[in-house]
Amino acid sequence: MSAPEAAIVVDDLRVVVAGTGHDIVDEVSFAIAPGEVLGLVGESGSGKTTAALALLGHTRRGARITGGSVRIGDQQVLELSRDQSRRLRGRVISYVPQDPASALNPALRIGTQLTEALEVHGIGGSGDERRARVAEMMREVALPDDPAYLRRYPHELSGGQQQRVGLAMAFACRPRVIVLDEPTTGLDVTTQAHVLGTVRELAAAHRVAALYVSHDLAVVGSLAARVAVMYAGRIVELAPADELFQAAAHPYTRRLVAAVPHLEGRRDLVGIPGRAPSPGQRPGGCSFALRCTMVQEECTLAMPDLRVVSEAHSARCLFAEQVRALVDERRGPAGVVAEPAAADSVLALNGVNAGYMGLTVVHDVNLGVAPRECLALVGESGSGKTTLARAIVGLHRERSGEILLKGRPLARAARSRPRDVRRSIQYVFQNPYGSLNPRRTVGQIVRQPLELFGGRSGREIDRRVDEMLARVSLTAAYASQYPDQLSGGERQRVAIARALVCNPEVLVCDEVTSALDVSVQAAIVELLGELQRDLGLAMLFVTHNLPLVRSIAQRVAVMSSGRIVELGPVDRVLQEPADDYTRRLLADTPSLETATA
Amino acid sequence: MDSAQSGSPSAGFHPRLGGLAGFIVRRLLLGLLVLAIVSVVVFAATQALPGDPARAILGRSATPDSLKALREQLNLNRPVLTQYGDWVKGLVTGNLGTSLAAREPVSTYLHDRLVNSAFLVFLSAIISIPLSIAIGAYAALKRDRLFDSSASILTLLLAALPEFVVGVTLVVLFATTIFPHLLPGVSNIAPGTEPWTQLKEMILPTLTLVIAVTPYVARIMRASMIEVLESEYVEMARLKGVPEREVVVRHALPNALGPTFQVIAINLAYLAGGVIVVEYVFNYAGIGGALQNAVITRDLPVVQALAMLIAAVYVVLNLLADVATILVTPRLRTRL
Amino acid sequence: MSTLTDAGVTPEPEAAVSRRPAGAMMRTALRLWRTRIGVALVALLVLVAILGPAIAPHGPSEYFGLAPNAPPSGKAYFGTDYIGQDVWSRFLDGGREILVMAVLATALGLVLGTAVGLTAAYARNILDDVLMRAMDVILAFPQIMLALVVVATVGASETLIVLAVGLTTMPRVARIIRGAAQAIVERDFVAAAEALGLPRIRILMREVLPNVLSPLLVEANLRLTYSIGLIASLAFLGLAPNPNGADWGLMIQQNRVALGTDQPWGVLLPMIAIALLTIGTGLVGDGFARAAAGIDRGRGAE
Repeated sequence: MSAPEAAIVVDDLRVVVAGTGHDIVDEVSFAIAPGEVLGLVGESGSGKTTAALALLGHTRRGARITGGSVRIGDQQVLELSRDQSRRLRGRVISYVPQDPASALNPALRIGTQLTEALEVHGIGGSGDERRARVAEMMREVALPDDPAYLRRYPHELSGGQQQRVGLAMAFACRPRVIVLDEPTTGLDVTTQAHVLGTVRELAAAHRVAALYVSHDLAVVGSLAARVAVMYAGRIVELAPADELFQAAAHPYTRRLVAAVPHLEGRRDLVGIPGRAPSPGQRPGGCSFALRCTMVQEECTLAMPDLRVVSEAHSARCLFAEQVRALVDERRGPAGVVAEPAAADSVLALNGVNAGYMGLTVVHDVNLGVAPRECLALVGESGSGKTTLARAIVGLHRERSGEILLKGRPLARAARSRPRDVRRSIQYVFQNPYGSLNPRRTVGQIVRQPLELFGGRSGREIDRRVDEMLARVSLTAAYASQYPDQLSGGERQRVAIARALVCNPEVLVCDEVTSALDVSVQAAIVELLGELQRDLGLAMLFVTHNLPLVRSIAQRVAVMSSGRIVELGPVDRVLQEPADDYTRRLLADTPSLETATA
Repeated sequence: MDSAQSGSPSAGFHPRLGGLAGFIVRRLLLGLLVLAIVSVVVFAATQALPGDPARAILGRSATPDSLKALREQLNLNRPVLTQYGDWVKGLVTGNLGTSLAAREPVSTYLHDRLVNSAFLVFLSAIISIPLSIAIGAYAALKRDRLFDSSASILTLLLAALPEFVVGVTLVVLFATTIFPHLLPGVSNIAPGTEPWTQLKEMILPTLTLVIAVTPYVARIMRASMIEVLESEYVEMARLKGVPEREVVVRHALPNALGPTFQVIAINLAYLAGGVIVVEYVFNYAGIGGALQNAVITRDLPVVQALAMLIAAVYVVLNLLADVATILVTPRLRTRL
Repeated sequence: MSTLTDAGVTPEPEAAVSRRPAGAMMRTALRLWRTRIGVALVALLVLVAILGPAIAPHGPSEYFGLAPNAPPSGKAYFGTDYIGQDVWSRFLDGGREILVMAVLATALGLVLGTAVGLTAAYARNILDDVLMRAMDVILAFPQIMLALVVVATVGASETLIVLAVGLTTMPRVARIIRGAAQAIVERDFVAAAEALGLPRIRILMREVLPNVLSPLLVEANLRLTYSIGLIASLAFLGLAPNPNGADWGLMIQQNRVALGTDQPWGVLLPMIAIALLTIGTGLVGDGFARAAAGIDRGRGAE
């Protein structure tokens, strides 16, 4: 594996929590050849960022590298002195952070920060040479290279431009290795596509070995030839991208792939129950054993080694060969049955405009959602989709036009709406970490609407709360827990229980899975689809994730710059988009199919 | 001591008028508004309270004649609004009335004392501001090491002490018991003499104010610096190979100074209040001592004048802090 | 029903810490030695203040035949003061008033400041501006200055000093609480309560207030420290509510002239008491602040 010409060789890397000694990252080994992009995929808490930073010999506060080696050329990165590793960083191996908005110094002009990257490594003899080099870098990442632009401060750039500056800085000294840590998370798909294209070109043009860290299989698949999957601090599978997506040899990878929504072909998403063990709580045997459907007794005895299943493919599973040979029977048609929409819309929007302080961000929207129907509202950030959703539930008051519930127009503010209307329309927020009061128990949170809307005795309320928790797959024991004690997926289940506990007719879901890992997202979407069908809800599902629409909605409305540009059945819109914007959006969305094609 | 370390200046970060000049003009207008309301409060608290100020001033033994004379001197016989109007007119034109105790114009009475106090505050400020920034920044760099933890304990203890306790302790240590007569425990600087010619007498009052202000600013500076040192852009600077000294000087310090300006302003303003007690401890002839004396003797014109003066200092310092914060924070500068 | 059970395979490590954040903060704080020392100091001085009058050998204003500024003796353990009263007895008698006044003034400032801060943060409109500008007006005076102005006109009384200190504490609390609550009112659980149509007062009391308890506790200690110092300073400046009564601040002022002599106890005893008291509350406040920061870090790490 560690071919002699590899630009970087990582061997048995181990990073622990300083003090307790619990492993965050362990037994991580891989090599990357010049010009190659290796993808490193993992869900939150898998240790992927810690591993990535360790390649530069760096750890965050509270972590410590205690074992293994990182070799670049003939330099052992982990054995260098402070000064030696300083001279290595940025020149031989560079880093592109996840969030360029906080990684660029807000007090320094971007030109200064770019020049500094050259200066500290003594590259470019004179100021003029450096300025020329900076201009060249700016052109490479498709940014203007004029002095006026370089005199800007980071906050004067858009997110995509900031990330391009980050890329320019990373490639400035022509390093041999570059570590990209989720550089496109938080960017719109269109911007993401451009940034990914830039990374691909630069890595190939300068023969740079790149490690691309991400939680998004589709993004990694569109960029990397080989992909390593991390789970609970270890690499559980390392394989060529297409093989990984089609014939994974580790049960975790298989479930992860099954959880990714597809742009083409409708199918059920399947989540992974349970959650990954955190440092200090990892079991003696295979870390995935607790969640694995194929678990055998010997799995829990000792941590399996990486087994080679084919030339470039290895997996950390005792039954890797058998798992690899499995035929994925889950790839069937989806359960999202397009029930014919009932005649009358339960929720209707007529010529709705909405804005902030006189600036209109939603223009003339006309939509209807029928009972038992799920309408997806898709748009990029800033398209006005969340503003529209909040106007519907009465949280955004600056709007005009009509919003009708069963034909009755609704007041702008939730507070001015009659009690029965407030009960009928419920909202699930994007971020379950923010939508639950950390000072109240799950039970108190779920029963609040029942108490407010009245009509039930204390015992009835208790029973209803238990019933609702069970409906979202939480046991009654959760009622006495605080949100801090719950995982993101569990929190979103509580939020859904709160929304559905008083039998609403309309459910508005605002990006409810965007803060969640892909395996949890699949589980939540599965749950929402099921509840919507069982309870006959009219659902407005707001999302930026186009492939996800397939798995939940019958109709989709595409929103751009505050306008609905396309509205129709999901299959028709995704297969034969009529609008230019929809077409562009589809083309820019990375997916596993395009990755393996 | 004050802890309004919210970081964001109290007002005006959502301006409508463009440019730094526009911002300053708006903040000035707002400051004038605050001062106008302050003048109402001061006037109401001192002159318009229910009861008879003249009797309050002269006490129960006052004769009707002397009460009548004082009422006339304070214009108490006229409608309250007229009294207020005259008083404000006097404030603006510099005619602050006549001191009841000193029997001379308030402006003359306060002039020399103002110079003395200003010099004391100035001396304390130029020592305590760099000192506190240095202690705070260095403690943040040496986080959880010996310097940091000892600075943390020391600043915590000193910040908790009322300044008169500090002042009297210094007198006990350096003027009486332990090092008797090493330093003068009383600063007999007569009004009209130049305080900078008597630096020895300045040492203890200055030291007291420095001890009162430094710990608090140092603690804020440390917190602000730690936040910056943990930021992603500082991590990024290290990851691109910037030498540690440059990381601190170029990337960390400028970003840590912004919030500190606010605190410095609050503490300079606090110095203006702290002098009241400290000047009394050391018998220092400044506005603080004058205020204490005026309160005890119920010399209302002097109390009013000093209240307005100190409030004005507060308003101006807050304005300066807001402007300074904007100047070191490009993000705020361009939002104007 | 789906086959899914997200049921906790493993509990999150930080779950135990942040279960009941205000209570957890206090428990964490009490594990720090600085908090314990602080609590011990405060408890000691509260004991002195409560039990002192009972164990004082003489009345606070009693003359028993010793000359002024008499050195310590069996009749007066710490000598006599500038007019021949027993220093030890006056010291034992002088703590109650300052403690009661400081606690009342701080409580007043906290209640008013919290009400103003929460209202301003939640209003997010002109009311916010008006309230905070009003706070700015009070902030334009040093605390001691405003107290002096009021006392100058009306005369020193307990009620007036408590009111003056409480009212000048208010804007400082209000700014802190507003700052903390501004982050909270933007969180979605407040929006969720609004969408349900919960009354405003219930949103403030049930959704917002519990989430600012940690900074409020820290601020309460800080404010108590300053209130003690302020009330003692007023007495030191000669503005004790009862100019003949025993009061630590007043004792220091009255006996200052004797500092250079061999009878410093009239100054030293009350000064040590005030210093230990403010250091005690300062230590407790710092312990709370550290505990709160630790808890916040744990939550942020998720």
